[in-house]
Amino acid sequence: MSVLVDEDTRVVVQGITGGEGKFHAGQMMEYGTNVVAGAVPGRGGQDVHGVPVYDTVEAAAREENADASVIFVPPAFAGDAIFEALDSPLDLAVAITEGVPTQDMAKVNKRLTETDTRLIGPNCPGIITPGESKLGILPGNIFSSGNVGLVSRSGTLTYQVVDNLTDRGLGQSTAIGIGGDPIIGTNFIDALEAFEADPDTDVVVMCGEIGGEDEEQAAKYIADNMDTPVAGFIAGRTAPPGKRMGHAGAIVSGSGTGTAESKIDALNDAGVPVGDTPEQVADAVEDLL
Amino acid sequence: MKLHEYQAKQVFADAGIPTPPSTLAESVDEAVAAAEEIGYPVAIKAQVQVGGRGKAGGIELVDSEDEAREAAESILGMDLKGLHVDSVLVEGAVDFVNELYVGITMDRGEGKPVAMVSTKGGVDIEEVAEEDPDAIVREHVDPSFGMFPYQARRAVFEAGVDREVATDVASVLRTLYQLWADSDATEAEINPLMVTADDEVIAADAVMNIDEDALFRQPELAEMEDDSAGGDELEAKAGEYGFDYVRLSGNVGIIGNGAGLVMTTLDLVDYYGGEPANFLDVGGGAKAERIANALDMVFSDENVDSVVFNIFGGITRGDEVARGINSALEQFDEIPKPVVVRLAGTNWEEGMEILNEDLVTVEKTLEDAVQRSVEYAEEVEA
Repeated sequence: MSVLVDEDTRVVVQGITGGEGKFHAGQMMEYGTNVVAGAVPGRGGQDVHGVPVYDTVEAAAREENADASVIFVPPAFAGDAIFEALDSPLDLAVAITEGVPTQDMAKVNKRLTETDTRLIGPNCPGIITPGESKLGILPGNIFSSGNVGLVSRSGTLTYQVVDNLTDRGLGQSTAIGIGGDPIIGTNFIDALEAFEADPDTDVVVMCGEIGGEDEEQAAKYIADNMDTPVAGFIAGRTAPPGKRMGHAGAIVSGSGTGTAESKIDALNDAGVPVGDTPEQVADAVEDLL
Repeated sequence: MKLHEYQAKQVFADAGIPTPPSTLAESVDEAVAAAEEIGYPVAIKAQVQVGGRGKAGGIELVDSEDEAREAAESILGMDLKGLHVDSVLVEGAVDFVNELYVGITMDRGEGKPVAMVSTKGGVDIEEVAEEDPDAIVREHVDPSFGMFPYQARRAVFEAGVDREVATDVASVLRTLYQLWADSDATEAEINPLMVTADDEVIAADAVMNIDEDALFRQPELAEMEDDSAGGDELEAKAGEYGFDYVRLSGNVGIIGNGAGLVMTTLDLVDYYGGEPANFLDVGGGAKAERIANALDMVFSDENVDSVVFNIFGGITRGDEVARGINSALEQFDEIPKPVVVRLAGTNWEEGMEILNEDLVTVEKTLEDAVQRSVEYAEEVEA
């Protein structure tokens, strides 16, 4: 009852010897994630938390039969690390790093059309299938297993909404943080498609925010292609035009595109109830189940 | 990060794009001397990072020393759309027959760069995009190859640029793309690109914005950053502390972690009838000192009547945050503005226990915390 990751997913951690990588590799293992290797250039042969480290993702994937990687590599090297993951025999790469230059991501975006490996992120909290596996930095203790799929551009907003859901006994099938950057791998439509195909996801929560037109396109996708009901939330109603609200992607352009209003209207037109508060999102999920 | 016009022009000129002769001036006398040197007519242009300077009175065309002095006096020191004008660019006026638009930006929907060309230059290009979208020709570029010469030619000819100058305009477009790519720009734009009676093309304005996430590998451009933040002391201070901060006009100060959650907190303040004073994201894993700095920021905003602190810990730990809040507030004999705190996620229970309830109001849910802060702000106003 999940999408993309489950208890069998074998995970490589890129950057496992760094502060963040080491800490979160430990947290992931504690949660039950099957971390099978680390990949850090020049550190092959070492081990971290009892897991072998390889110099390349290729070797880690080959020797440990890995399916997925999580990337904790500083921004200056993250573009290269993503390319390395996409060029290795993996099904999934999850890039946590915040602050990857946009032009690096434009090149990654091109490469994504030439590989079967899926990318989640960058600048995202990762993905979790509660009770089975988490790839990323999400706090495992707030999640509970269930039938609500969740996809979000923001980390802490995801936690807030999950907290409201868990509080009412509404568990989650899988939660995916797709990231707050202007150019990302997996987008709303990709995630919605995966949830639509999952027999154990009965309702999907989609948390968007100002900037870009991904939410508008997702709304159209929902109207045309989804039987699974969707509830929504949009952050940034009070954001002034032209200001970057933390996320590099969260900016309302001067010409009025990317506003919260346009996204909420598009979702409402697609039959998606949009909560004014996170509590109201949980209300909507209860109604839809 | 936005470059000033004079900086962007220098970058363009260095790359071989023709620009008019110009000099930066910070006083009236400097401006007049520059105008005399360049020769009339000259344009005197406010160097502030905002669009629509001309309409707002920030650009004047002058024909004599007296006019130059008068214009410089009125523009230097003026308040232009909320920004203080500290310098002007004095620039030789171009006698043009046509005004074009050329620009490069990132099409985030497509995830690739796009070049744009229009013969409707010299006006707000976003208005053109809205009213006459076909007047702008778009050419997407594969970033792994860069812009092919044929792509520049195609964009220019499709846009209907006159044959006599098409080759030169295509050349400017390719140079501009290369600059955009080499500089990690998010936008590079010339509006207008002027065409003279002698079929010369000259960049009469220059816009260049750099990806802040790429400044680490653009040291020369990073040095051009204007830390004054357009004169907003608080936004400048936020830069020093390394916070994502946006100042707004309301009276409820907001501190939180994570862009989406902070935006949501702003929206809830509005939803419950209050007005947000700012967006302040302390980021992930914030330690006690950062928390204290954040409080200092929000307290320094004189518009703020109350503060709501909303932390949902993933990497950030509730006990660290609570200690930071206590230590920041214990320094005051009297708490300057009422503070409402809501902690959730990692170590929130420890955090709640640590918080000194003589100093702050503690609420358990986001909704309650926001409502309480709005009430406090209303009481202060009353």
